[in-house]
Parts: sequence; C-alpha cells; structure tokens
Amino acid sequence: MSFAADSRTDGARPRPRGALGRLMSEPMGATGAVLVALFIAVALFAPLIAPYDPLALDIPAKLQGPSLAHPAGTDQLGRDTLSRLIYGARTALAIAMGATGAAGVIGLALGMMAGYGPRWLDGALMLVLDSLASLPMILFALAVITVLGPSATTLVFVIILVSISGYARLVRAQTLGLANAEFIQAERTMGASNLRILFRHLMPNVVGPLLIVLSMDVPVVIMLEAGLSYLNLGIRPPVPSWGNILYDGYSSLRQQPALVIAAGVPLVLSTIGFTFLGEGLRDALDPRLKGGGP
Amino acid sequence: MTGAQDDGTVLRVEGLSVSYGAVQALRGASLIARRSEVIGIVGESGCGKSTLASALIGLPAPGARMRGQVEIGGRDIVAAPERARRAMRGAAVAMIFQDPMTSFNPVLTLGQQLTDFQHRSALPRRARRARAAAMLARVGLPDPELALDRHIHELSGGMRQRAAIAAALLMQPQLLVADEPTTALDVTMEAQIIHLLRELRHEHQGAIVVITHHLGVIGELCDRVYVMYAGEIVEEGTTDEIYHDPRHPYTQALIACDPAHIAGTVDRLPTIPDRVPDLDPPPPGCSFAPRCPVAMARCRTDAPPRVTVGPGHAAACHRVTP
Repeated sequence: MSFAADSRTDGARPRPRGALGRLMSEPMGATGAVLVALFIAVALFAPLIAPYDPLALDIPAKLQGPSLAHPAGTDQLGRDTLSRLIYGARTALAIAMGATGAAGVIGLALGMMAGYGPRWLDGALMLVLDSLASLPMILFALAVITVLGPSATTLVFVIILVSISGYARLVRAQTLGLANAEFIQAERTMGASNLRILFRHLMPNVVGPLLIVLSMDVPVVIMLEAGLSYLNLGIRPPVPSWGNILYDGYSSLRQQPALVIAAGVPLVLSTIGFTFLGEGLRDALDPRLKGGGP
Repeated sequence: MTGAQDDGTVLRVEGLSVSYGAVQALRGASLIARRSEVIGIVGESGCGKSTLASALIGLPAPGARMRGQVEIGGRDIVAAPERARRAMRGAAVAMIFQDPMTSFNPVLTLGQQLTDFQHRSALPRRARRARAAAMLARVGLPDPELALDRHIHELSGGMRQRAAIAAALLMQPQLLVADEPTTALDVTMEAQIIHLLRELRHEHQGAIVVITHHLGVIGELCDRVYVMYAGEIVEEGTTDEIYHDPRHPYTQALIACDPAHIAGTVDRLPTIPDRVPDLDPPPPGCSFAPRCPVAMARCRTDAPPRVTVGPGHAAACHRVTP
C-alpha cells in the first residue's frame, strides 16, 4: 500500500484542506459565516448604509409602518428604524464580540496556566475562578450596574468578569487532558521547552473548542445586552441598541407592532448566524473529523 | 559535545537505579551500547523496561528518583540539570514510541511538526522542511512532499511509524531509543519496520536500543541482548548466546515459552508459574527465586553474583558457573 493510493481512495468528495474551506463547504457553517460576515459589514459601514441619521427626529412621521421611505418604519419620535437597527448592530457586535473576545483570551491564558502549571497555581486560580462562577450572572450584573451606573463600559466589564471562568475551565480541562498525552511526552523527548509545548503544541489543540464556545456565546451576550438595555440598565438612550429599539417597540406595541418585529429580526438572525458559525467551526476546526485517513 | 568515545561507546549505563517512593523499579542496571550497534532489552511487563527507557532520555516520571550514571556520548544525563538534559534530548538521544498515532500532535501537519523538531537548528524554515522531506523519503514514504501536508491520522499505520522514525532521526542523535517499536503494527508492517531499522543502523552513526517483550524482534534486529527481570538485568550476551546458550533460569524459561521455539503442537502454551514480585521492597536474595525451578536455599537470602561465562556473556545467578 502506498501513500499516494491512500490519499486517492478517500471516497466521493475530497475534503477541502483549509479550515475556512471546510467551514464553507457545509451548508450550516456557510450560512453562519455569511450571516456573521454580513452583520460585521453592516456594523463597520453603518454610516454608509444607513439611509437616515439614527438620531434625527421627525415627530410628524412618528410610528409609521414599513414604507418605501422607511423600510422598517419609524419609532415614537419619528426616527428611522432601519437606520437605528443598522447602528444598533454596531453597539451589539462591539459589545458582544469585544467582551467575549477579551474574556476568551484571558480565559485561554488562565486555563492553560492552571492546566499546565504547578499544582498550587492550579488550586489558586481555580479557587478564584470558581468564586467568580458562583455569582449569579444577572444579579451580579445588576449589582455592578447599580454601583457603576449603566454604560457600555460597565456592561463589557461585567460580561468579561462573569464569562472568564467558563472559558478558563474549558481550556484547563482540555490542557489537563493533553498535558500527559504521548505526543506532548514525545515533544519533551525532542527537547522542547515548556513554552514551546504550551504555545506550539497545546494551544492549537485547545483553541478550537474555545472558539466554538466563544462563537456560540456571542448571541448570548447580544441577548444580555439587549435585555439589560430593554430594562434601561444597559446602553443609554438615545444611542441605538437593539434592546432600546425593542423597548421603544414594546411601549408603542398597540399603535405600531411593526417596531417590535423589526427589532426582533436582527436579534434572531444574529443568534442563528453565530450559533451556526459555532456548529460549523466545530467540524471545520477538527482535522480528525470526516474526510481522509484510513 | 565530546562525541562518541574512542572505543565507540555511545551509551554507558552504570549502576542505574530508579525508585518511585518505596518501589524500586530499577536496581543497579549497567549496560553499554557502541556505535552502529543495536541492543535489545527484553523482559515481561513490569520488569522495568519502560522505566529504563525514560531514564535513558533523562525524563523520569514525576516523583521518580534516579541514581547512577547514564552517559550518552560521554555526558551523564542523570547528573545534568534539567536545562542540560533538555539540550541533550532530541540532539544526543531521541525516542521512537510504541504508538505513532498518539506520539504526533493531532492538529498539526507532519511538516509543521518535523520542522518544529529542528528548533535547535540554525537552518531557515525552507531548508528544515527540505530536510524533513529528505528524511521521510529515506525512511520510505513514497511521496514525502504530500505527506508533509498531512495530519498524522491521514497516514496508514506503517507510514506513521516510518514518520516517527524519521522524526527521531532528524537531529541525528547518537542514541536512538525504540520503545516497543513494532507492537502496534501488524506482522507485515513489523517486518518492514525491522527491515528499515536494520538498514538505518548502518547509515546512522549511533546506537539503537530496542526495548520490547517480543523475542522475535530481538532475534531479527539486535546484536546484543539484555534480559531484565523485576528491575534487574539478569543476563546479557550476544543474541546468539541468549538464544542458543541461555544460562539464567529466567532466560531459559522465557525462551522455552516463546511460541516460535516450540516444535509440534501443544495443548497449552508453556508459562512461567506465578508472577513478577512486588518491588516495595524487592525480595531479598535473587528476585527470580520464588519462581525458579532450580532455586536453592541460598538464592532466597543472598543476592546472586554476576558470573561471566564468556566475553560479553554474563548472568546473575548462583547456579551459573563460568
């Protein structure tokens, strides 16, 4: 049996080699990636795309339904809902991706330290992380917001603090499982240093699962931000946020139900997008799944 | 690095003992391997083979205590601080593991790992990759360039073990330790890998230590054999001497139990009765005495002397006479 023969008897469709190629080859992953890319593009180019200033008042045109001039209608102050949703994507993505990203990086570092480092360090880190994890998220968020006042910074701070623990535990568990794996032992027999083992060999193994969880957590944070903003504890009006728009829609539900629906659509789509992306990444990032190999 | 000594000795182990707490897993082992020599370490499970392997690469299990000397190219890896041990690993001594599937990082490609293994080399990345490809070609992978872009699970079992051998030889170590190199392979692949190792021993200017429980592998591959029992080397000699003139009762029993040596059909394969003794602490006297068919009263109380029965052939037994 030759190697060349091995690779050609794979079966029907060869699996794309890069992670991105594999992601885009599955309908779910592709849908997720396209939706997420769309949201990021909308957020980045909001000033170019939005037909109106999201803050411009037009009281005579308040609470209109969808029309050619206002595709998503207007709110109780006559502001264009579509423009507000587009700018709201900025708020939502900046907070959700920024906070989960930062929490992910910190969690990765702490988790690898706990999992690979000496036992006392593991004990100390886990004590702190377990204490953090024992705080009920919403109550903790409310308490911090009460003390610091509602703002985007407070929101990000709370989200990072509450989610680090979960990421660090995930990474620690993966690291612990791998620290004594034979290939790590093999690295040691080749004279690899601890830093080399950590960054070159452990990190690629633990980053995949972390990315998947991060992607799936982004919509949770978007929802949290919307929820807190809806309760007037998150983003302060008049800054457009999907939660604020939802609240405005709720207040005028009797007069104009279109507003609530308009605010719900991006929430649903972004949740689907990030969740599908996470599912797609799960398959794409694991080279062992499917395709190739005897 | 001083390189091999004048008499060609690459590895010299002297009075090596390793203990895990009260368990004395390896007691006073001494052995020698010369340039271009393949030596075999044989023994049943729990006899201290793996402990010896980990000591040879200066990577004892956590909590293990090592005493004695393991000189590789004249440098003692036991006495060396961890930093110096790390510098020796991969360069002076490398290892081939039993299961190549688990001894490669599953998320990196073979090329990424083989270039990474050369992290001490001053060569640019492209040259390292070329070296990796050349080494893969040398160990018989038909399309090395393609293989470099593969993950380990995409190779077949025999290819994986070839890749593992290539990885171990990349930095041209003086000593290559192969821990059960063929146990995970089927018989055909085993023959191919043994053939490859035999070829390599001539090109490779170092010594190869093969650790196995498989007498067939020893017979095919090794020049000299050390037989281990309960943490001690009980007999050493050339492969011929061990096969055809075994002196230690344990070696005799081991060879009698090898199915390859049994003529005709038998209802039951012969076994050595009882099992390996506990080593915390090891029994006084000869550790094989409780299972030995020819044990005397003295065997249970006095440690057996090392009796030389010929040049390079010695056994640790009261019964053996020169």
